[in-house]
Amino acid sequence: MEAVRAVSHKRRMNDRLSIVIVEADRDRALALVDALRAAGDHDIHVIGDTSGLARRIADRNPDVVLIDVANPSRDTLEELTLASAPLDRPVAIFAGGSDMALTKAAIEAGVSAYVVDELRPERVAPVLVAAIARFNLFRRLRDELSETRRALEERKVIDRAKGLLMKARGLDEDAAYALLRKTAMDKGRKVSDVAQALVTAADLLS
Amino acid sequence: MTRVRLRVAWVPLVDAAPLIVAREIGFAAEEGLTLDLMRAPSWSSARDMLTFGAVEAAHMLSPVPVAMSLGLGGTAGQVIAPMILSVNGTSIGVSEALARRMPPEAFGFDDATVAGRALIAAAQGPLRVGVPFPFSMHAELLFFWLTTLGLPAPEALSVRSIPPPLMAEALAAGEIDAFCVGEPWGTLAVERGAGRLLLPSRAIWSFAPEKVLALRRDWVESEPDLTGRLMRALWRAGRWLAQPEAHVAAAELLGRPEWLDLPAEWIDRALTGHMMISPQGDSRRVDGFVQFHDGAATFPWRSQAAWIGARMAGRLGLERSAAVKTAQDVFRSDLYRRHLGPAGALLPGASSKVEGAIRSGTAVPSEGGRLLLAENRFFDGRVFDPDAEN
Repeated sequence: MEAVRAVSHKRRMNDRLSIVIVEADRDRALALVDALRAAGDHDIHVIGDTSGLARRIADRNPDVVLIDVANPSRDTLEELTLASAPLDRPVAIFAGGSDMALTKAAIEAGVSAYVVDELRPERVAPVLVAAIARFNLFRRLRDELSETRRALEERKVIDRAKGLLMKARGLDEDAAYALLRKTAMDKGRKVSDVAQALVTAADLLS
Repeated sequence: MTRVRLRVAWVPLVDAAPLIVAREIGFAAEEGLTLDLMRAPSWSSARDMLTFGAVEAAHMLSPVPVAMSLGLGGTAGQVIAPMILSVNGTSIGVSEALARRMPPEAFGFDDATVAGRALIAAAQGPLRVGVPFPFSMHAELLFFWLTTLGLPAPEALSVRSIPPPLMAEALAAGEIDAFCVGEPWGTLAVERGAGRLLLPSRAIWSFAPEKVLALRRDWVESEPDLTGRLMRALWRAGRWLAQPEAHVAAAELLGRPEWLDLPAEWIDRALTGHMMISPQGDSRRVDGFVQFHDGAATFPWRSQAAWIGARMAGRLGLERSAAVKTAQDVFRSDLYRRHLGPAGALLPGASSKVEGAIRSGTAVPSEGGRLLLAENRFFDGRVFDPDAEN
């Protein structure tokens, strides 16, 4: 255990943390790097490709590993809690171990952190806070983006359905939309669902 | 009646069936529960969701709560297992390259000694084997099996963690030579032509507790009523799953897009024990490939947890008798007796037994009926007596 303590002690003397970010999405990784640089002068390394992940992380021997909770390769990091030689067995603490509230916030935000050494939670906390803020921002952006995409898709389908009705029933645009809406209300479904059904049927029949 | 919502983490596998069945076939509703099944992307996240209160319960690898009690695995936390969800249900598969160097008799799919010796003989350099998680029955059975047959670990055996859905890919890419994984992921490797199935893990230990219901100790103490309702719903779901006539419906249900999103035919193989072991269509029949009910499958024997604790201690250099003592308190047979006895579960007279000592369907004293224990044998004939450990 003496060797482990000596290493940890040396690290503590130096304020720079060695941080590994596991993230395949380049933009997201860069945004995280920026956020963490703002939180302090840290040595940051990004791993995008998760093959051989445990070995690559072990080679770098970082203080902290940041990885998305949704990343299935997270399980491979559990190997870091075991090691062949008892002396260099890293201590993995989930988000600093003692800080339950911060850990809970991290999980809810979608970040999981592995502190791969005996670090004091107060040193890791600013790093985590920055990462959480960035994860939250990205999640919000992603949700908004997919919402916008969905709305656009629906609009396109409704326009096609309107066109089909106008042609087949000789209706004008407003009447075609009114018919779609009435059908949706009668069936208890969304206008976009009815429009999709119509478009699908038309594709089958054409 | 308003139902109580319980959030339960699960990982996509055939052995998540009791949770899915309890929710979809109405066993949870009977107990006034709605199960919100939250799909976890990894075992570590399922464990962390439970520990930090994002869910009330979790589908969990049986060694995980034991590892946590021994301070292994990163997360501090008090998690217990009041019932087993499934026994066995995993298989060992090998790459096509390795399979070609093995004789046909290695693929009998029932003899762990023959298959293991052939595997060791065919290995060129250290054997690289993928398992889903470092704390898993998969890892324990592999180390037990191959080191017993003379393969020294870690020099000649490298066991690494790979997410089950990526196992077939890792095998095809040559990152690993073999794997041990739960269904349907072994079948997927066969279907993709990445490899062949060599052995069902039940050939190594015929009654290995595979998944447990994992709960937080503080939640169990503050919610005894909900604990009982959840356990009863899952126990009845397991009983339903054990009926042969339920297999088709269960396979169909599990295959749906919201659950495993795979062909029902692949899921049916594990449920019925009709395994297809090669891309060429060779098949093998395995009785009790995965068990959800029969032979007191759901009873959490303290001796099972003790075995896991003893194996981990040996593998990781922990003090053995202390590990065994701590481990056996994680499997809470007292909660099983309290909550499932009144519901009609047959309760064995003892909560601990000599593991590996039951040849086949042995009747044992039990409260309220005749209880037949299923075959419980280690492949090398050894026995594990937890009392001899103290």
